[in-house]
Amino acid sequence: MRIRHFIAILMLLAFGCARLSFESHLEQEGRAHYFHGAKFDLALRQRVGQMAFVAAFSGFRLLVAEGMYLHAHYLWQKVEWGGMKLDFDAATALEPRSILFWDQASWHMAYNASIAAYDDKKQPREALRAKAQREYWKVGEDYLLRGIANNPDVPTLYISLGNLYRYKYQDHCKAADAYRQAAGISGAPVYAHRFAVYELSECPGHDREAYEKLLALYKKGKEEQLPTLLKRLGILQEKLHVPADQKIYIPPPDHP
Amino acid sequence: MTATPPATQHKIFSPARVWAIASNTLLELIRLKVFYFLLIFALVVIGVLFLYRDIFQDEFQSLKDGSLGAMSIFSLLLSILPTAMLLPKDIEDRTLYTILAKPVPRFEYLLGKFLGVLLLLFIAVSLMSLVFLTVLFCRMEVAIGEATRSAHGALLNERLSAIQHDAFSESLLPGIFIVYLKAAVGASITLLLSTFATSMIFTVMMSFVVQIIGHLQSIARDAAIETVGITHLSKIFYMLLALLIPDLSAFSLVDEMVTGTAIPFDLFAKTAALGGIYVAVYFFVAYFIFMGKEL
Repeated sequence: MRIRHFIAILMLLAFGCARLSFESHLEQEGRAHYFHGAKFDLALRQRVGQMAFVAAFSGFRLLVAEGMYLHAHYLWQKVEWGGMKLDFDAATALEPRSILFWDQASWHMAYNASIAAYDDKKQPREALRAKAQREYWKVGEDYLLRGIANNPDVPTLYISLGNLYRYKYQDHCKAADAYRQAAGISGAPVYAHRFAVYELSECPGHDREAYEKLLALYKKGKEEQLPTLLKRLGILQEKLHVPADQKIYIPPPDHP
Repeated sequence: MTATPPATQHKIFSPARVWAIASNTLLELIRLKVFYFLLIFALVVIGVLFLYRDIFQDEFQSLKDGSLGAMSIFSLLLSILPTAMLLPKDIEDRTLYTILAKPVPRFEYLLGKFLGVLLLLFIAVSLMSLVFLTVLFCRMEVAIGEATRSAHGALLNERLSAIQHDAFSESLLPGIFIVYLKAAVGASITLLLSTFATSMIFTVMMSFVVQIIGHLQSIARDAAIETVGITHLSKIFYMLLALLIPDLSAFSLVDEMVTGTAIPFDLFAKTAALGGIYVAVYFFVAYFIFMGKEL
């Protein structure tokens, strides 16, 4: 090797020493914003295949993730839930900042796959079908929780988690908490704070707290006095035995 | 008695000479019909649009994923292949000897050649962005039309603002800039390799290998600095890797930008600065080797 090449290598090494701490600092800064969260491990290597794994390594992570997502859609059409979950695992591992991937993975598992499991004609025992259904809810919930861990600054996944607790688990306390967290994030949809209070009003043991919050919403004006709020307010007034003169909302009498 | 014209003094560094070499390099590369790839790129973008149109809920993100991914691939190819052939082609055509026989310093020659490639990359990325943004804009208009027909009042306003945010998030243009910067870093590394490589194939292969290792550099760096329980030999190997190869995973910021994540300006500026420093240093080292090259 000529002396000039040797000096060039020394120059590169010196530059490397100078930049190393800056690169490290930059990576830390990125991680503080939940970037660089992709996990490359043997499980991912098995899922995506060798070429895709190398492509993901080479800076085409997003393209490989999109490919896996596309394949998941293909498997959905073929109703192969297991394969679909593996594809979603790969897509979310490659691009953990993609809200779409987490949300869709959760939706497919908790809603589509769970219903398919419950309607499974091959399984005559309802208890087992219901168990399979709940397992798919759990898979969907798991996607959302991991998605939130990777994207705590985005309200979308909290809303989806609230919906899952509300419509599937019918756990109103957890739903209220998820909506409340969504409402606290900037850019949250306008209904998030309402849903948090509505759900709290159905959470056992929180009647008084929910009533106060419903009342506060009611006092905000016409735009908050929506049918659901009025209905929940009416129910809680009865439940808490609010005196007639303190009732803010008088529900219309039930039609026979 | 006749007046003799004043002799023009030869400047040590002349931007005009650098520009002449750069523009000629650009012209040569354009004559190689490299921009035909744009046709394929346009087909990819339109294909992605129609493919995802009927499949996914968030088609804007998918369109951006596919288009920026394709942009990354094409810009990487454009940064490596033309740069790898710059010096070997000039040596083969004897153009290099003709230029260096004139009072053109090697620095100006190499800088001109490199600027030519950077210009090519700039034009290519700009044209690809134009195609991509046009398709994105058209799709956004269609989505706005659909929303206007199906919603009214506050709901319509909410939907319109969501559509506009999904389509043109504020991080889109910085993302495209990062794609360009990453390609420029790729070109500078390829130039460095080509100054001592004996064949073009070697340069191309090594450049791709550096691209792959560059995305793993952070793992090597962490292993060299933090990990305990590995042998000294492994640590030295990881450290050498971390010191010699640039951290290209820093530019994967673009992947986060595509998903609509807002990137703090500070982080973006530091990444851009890192890219600029990579380009400058690798070019300087390339010049250092080229200066002593026997031609």
